[in-house]
Amino acid sequence: MSLFNIHLTDVLVIGAGLAGERAAVEAASFGCDVTILSLVPPRRSHSTAAQGGMQASLGNCAKGLGDNPDIHFEDTVKGSDWGCEQDVARLFVNVAPIAIRQLAFWGVPWNRVVAGKRKLPDGSIIEELKEKEGLITARAFGGTAKWRTCYTSDGTGHSVQYTMDSIVVKLGVTVHDRIEAMALIHDGERCYGAVARDLRTGELRAYVSKATVIATGGYGRIYGISTNAVINEGTGMAIAQDTGVVPLGNMEAVQFHPTGLFPVWILITEGARGDGGYLLDKNEHRFMPDYEPVKKELASRDVVSRCMIQHMRKGFGVETDMGTHLWLDIRHLGAKHIHTNLREIDNICKNFAGIDPVKELIPVRPTQHYSMGGIRTNIDGHAYGLKGLFAAGEASCWDLHGFNRLGGNSLAETIVMGLIVGEKVAEYTEGTEFVLPQRLVQDHMKKQQERIDKLIKASNNGENVYELRRKMEETLMEKVGIFRNGKDLEEAVHTLQDLLKRSQNISLRSSGKGANPELASALRLPGMIRLALSIAYGALMRTESRGSHAREDYPQRDDVNWLKRTLATWPEGNELPELSYEPVTITELPPGDRGYGEASQSGKSKE
Amino acid sequence: MIRRTLTIEVFRFNPQTPDIKPYMETYTVKEVPNMTLFVALNTIREEQDPSLMFDFVCRAAICGSCAMLVNGRPRLACKTLTKTLPSHIKLLPLPVFKLIGDLSVDTGTWFRHLNLKTQAWIHTDKTFDPKAIEERMDNETALKIYEAERCIECGCCVAGCATANIRDDFLGAAGLNKIARFMVDPRDKRSDQNFFEVIGTDEGVFGCMGLMACDDNCPQELPLQMQLAFVRRRMAMTGIFGGK
Repeated sequence: MSLFNIHLTDVLVIGAGLAGERAAVEAASFGCDVTILSLVPPRRSHSTAAQGGMQASLGNCAKGLGDNPDIHFEDTVKGSDWGCEQDVARLFVNVAPIAIRQLAFWGVPWNRVVAGKRKLPDGSIIEELKEKEGLITARAFGGTAKWRTCYTSDGTGHSVQYTMDSIVVKLGVTVHDRIEAMALIHDGERCYGAVARDLRTGELRAYVSKATVIATGGYGRIYGISTNAVINEGTGMAIAQDTGVVPLGNMEAVQFHPTGLFPVWILITEGARGDGGYLLDKNEHRFMPDYEPVKKELASRDVVSRCMIQHMRKGFGVETDMGTHLWLDIRHLGAKHIHTNLREIDNICKNFAGIDPVKELIPVRPTQHYSMGGIRTNIDGHAYGLKGLFAAGEASCWDLHGFNRLGGNSLAETIVMGLIVGEKVAEYTEGTEFVLPQRLVQDHMKKQQERIDKLIKASNNGENVYELRRKMEETLMEKVGIFRNGKDLEEAVHTLQDLLKRSQNISLRSSGKGANPELASALRLPGMIRLALSIAYGALMRTESRGSHAREDYPQRDDVNWLKRTLATWPEGNELPELSYEPVTITELPPGDRGYGEASQSGKSKE
Repeated sequence: MIRRTLTIEVFRFNPQTPDIKPYMETYTVKEVPNMTLFVALNTIREEQDPSLMFDFVCRAAICGSCAMLVNGRPRLACKTLTKTLPSHIKLLPLPVFKLIGDLSVDTGTWFRHLNLKTQAWIHTDKTFDPKAIEERMDNETALKIYEAERCIECGCCVAGCATANIRDDFLGAAGLNKIARFMVDPRDKRSDQNFFEVIGTDEGVFGCMGLMACDDNCPQELPLQMQLAFVRRRMAMTGIFGGK
């Protein structure tokens, strides 16, 4: 025991992005001692890359007048294709305006309403009201009835993360950066913290806590083509699933963003289309109105991504050596607008594609972007299966997003859910006695140390971690992408099962000592493959199409059999996750027509 | 088009193995179209040397993780296209910051300390009222705050700064820009006198020698020269006249 470095804290937060920091600040404000672990310094978290904004129904701008939480609720449920928890969505839309205003109080420089008339790119004239001048304004995003997405130019995530971290610094919350949680310490009933590895030195430590919050974001990087940062490898979800008792919810619900910059896959924000950008094909024809006459480019992301793939399949994509793409056109928005409100896009286009978006078209293609699935929690953010374990943000399946998340709802979720979970964690901590289960901590430490030792000692002729990883990435891209079918999914499951076996036999080509990057990858890979299998197997079993889960062999939404959520647990030694299902909570809005998407369009053509 | 072969010379040192002295290691990589140093370094790690340490997070010039000396200049590696460089490329870790290993440096600790030292948060005696609507703000003011807040704490300005390389307590352009961000924010109630106490010294605004490498090296193209002049003028006035 004395060999190991043990850190004691009331609340352990794993992940310092927006959800983690917001939860930490809330718990700390209730007097809890909080420790945050992060792979990187907090301000480098992937939350900073969110350009677009946060949805909250303030109703200040001209196109947002009359907005309220009810309309936001309806948009969110329709966006989710009735896969979300409606009590969670209701709580979220009610709290979002308060959470946004609190961020303004803390220092976020939200863009504000400027009174007067102005012309929109489509030629229509709107008038911002004098009485609303100086209040927080909003922009249009996909799948919303009102302009509701609050923003700071196109650096919303950056601004909000810097502000949240300023409060973390102000409150003196402990942050240990370059630390990776490798396993949760638990006895099958309660979570006691985590075993973590210092990425500066390679040493193991134990963090023992009353409550543990996983806020590690998504797993985007298990797909070969993703907008996500390179640190988004789903480690938080993986260590929760690795307990054998905590289920992941709806892992087959994977969002593809319509506009990843081809072929480097950096995100071009939805704000580009929200502000009036068009999607064009190889003939420079604006094709979205052909598929979605009402919402056009601003249907939900799942719908726009599918239309783009279909249009490319019909031969209207631009063919290149590196693959096929379409165009995003923002030239008509003008230099001034692009250089202020869409400056990040301007920079990204110039830096990574050598393109001036004021004058040229931007090559884009749907790209893996977000995980609706994650650690299944109740409405308080308390994980299923283990007392004292919580989750927040993209790592969680709360489940606000169901089978498709609306743009602007994830950044808002990080803050709203962080706030709520932080309070619930403080409540839980208050009523819980601190326990230091020495034997249990020791056993968990030993198990992780053995994994490390085994990798370092392994012979040279084992598997190459980068090769296995690439195979996993390709399998998901090719067979578990935007359109899915039974045959491909079955093949994917078999390939991934084989990779999981091979991942037990990795040997390093470097020493593995200290802060060795190859060892870090080798330690993560089996958990990543288990996530990939949870996605592929869940998708294979779900024989319907709902939101982002589009089965070519089962193209209809099936509310009779599939109005339910997949839960994937992974008992030790299993070759596949164990799937079970639970009903979706419907409190206000019974399943119906989304008003956009294939079902809606085919319904209309029959009329 | 004939593809170049790049010779990439990388600084190697692992503080965990201090017996092995720092040295330069040379790798060769085939250049591909639109190759960035992000792509080049990952290719080296995956195909030639998996022990090579460097930091990338967003790979989109947003997070500020990957600053290093590229042929002697502080740059974000992720957005440096190899075609803008000669075929011989020399990579060194950023100076001033503590070395973690090879090209990886600890900017996080440095900036957390800076944020503590400059108390880089909104100072107000108000409490948040969840029932009230937000306080109004002029949009121009909001944009001005955002302009200064665009700093991504990459450390390029600090690494290229003569003062910061001589004295380790200097706040650097990043620190002074941070002060400017809170000076223009009407929500922050600190007076110029309060700011003077923090930065009215040689480790603050009067340590700047005016060489302006910070302004040249900022990957965000922040107007650091203007910001430094703005803060310096305000602080000089405060020093002479004792505040407002």
